[in-house]
Amino acid sequence: MTCTEFLALLDDLIDDTVSPEMRAELQAHLRRCGHCEVILNTTRKTIEIYRSHEIYDLPAGLRERLHAAIMARCKKGC
Amino acid sequence: MSAIQPIAGELEPHPDVALVAQVRGGDVSAYDTLVRKYDRQIFRIAQHITQNREDAEDVMQDAFLKAYEKLDQFQGNSKFYTWLVRIAVNESLMRLRKRRTGKMVSIDEDIETEEGSVPRDLADWAPDPEQNYNQAELGEILRKTIQGLPQGFRIVFVLRDVEGLSTEETAETLGLSIPAVKSRLLRARLQLRERLSRYFHRKKGPGETRNDK
Repeated sequence: MTCTEFLALLDDLIDDTVSPEMRAELQAHLRRCGHCEVILNTTRKTIEIYRSHEIYDLPAGLRERLHAAIMARCKKGC
Repeated sequence: MSAIQPIAGELEPHPDVALVAQVRGGDVSAYDTLVRKYDRQIFRIAQHITQNREDAEDVMQDAFLKAYEKLDQFQGNSKFYTWLVRIAVNESLMRLRKRRTGKMVSIDEDIETEEGSVPRDLADWAPDPEQNYNQAELGEILRKTIQGLPQGFRIVFVLRDVEGLSTEETAETLGLSIPAVKSRLLRARLQLRERLSRYFHRKKGPGETRNDK
């Protein structure tokens, strides 16, 4: 397996949608290729960081204000 | 038997189904519950697309009001949440269009770039790279980095990886094919990784200053 072939399946490996046979092939490539191992680990980390940090928080005050505005309009039938 | 079947939506009705039915029956307070359940996600998605706080506030209100008005058109063959997200994505794109005085805005914008499709930065990251920054710095890095992605990649990454929609739901929400979602997701992930690398590199030796500004 080449690095290009590995990269084409990177998402399937990350999302765990590969067959056991393909997984074994991908892992065999990883054992030989430090670069692809770095790409796999840092791509996983990229996803994890974005998932675990709310970069656009909705502050409580704003939330209540928007919520009140929405519900007031709904109660009037929009 | 049915308790161990995890296939969503086939056996156990999603809890939103009952809330939607209550709203349709005239119970406005059930809508209150739905708004509180999803307002943060809708606000985040709107902000990712419009990249503007005021627009995101407007989109959030408009999306929930439009969903309320159109609730009779909700078929129930998709989840209420993905239906709501679709409305919010469309409202966000409309808002962008207004800002650009009528210029067409679509989720296909700017996706022709090949940048980042082939990883160039192959250096490893520090073990917990985010620990090298305080919350404000990290937030700024993450915002700046994702804002630099082409719109068509950013939306797919946000829906699929940040908000946790499935590939199929993302495709349905954006009106894209499943292969298109997969291809955009891979490129979005690789481009983000490439761009974050400059902040998260493992330090090479003592005395080296981090390269964050």
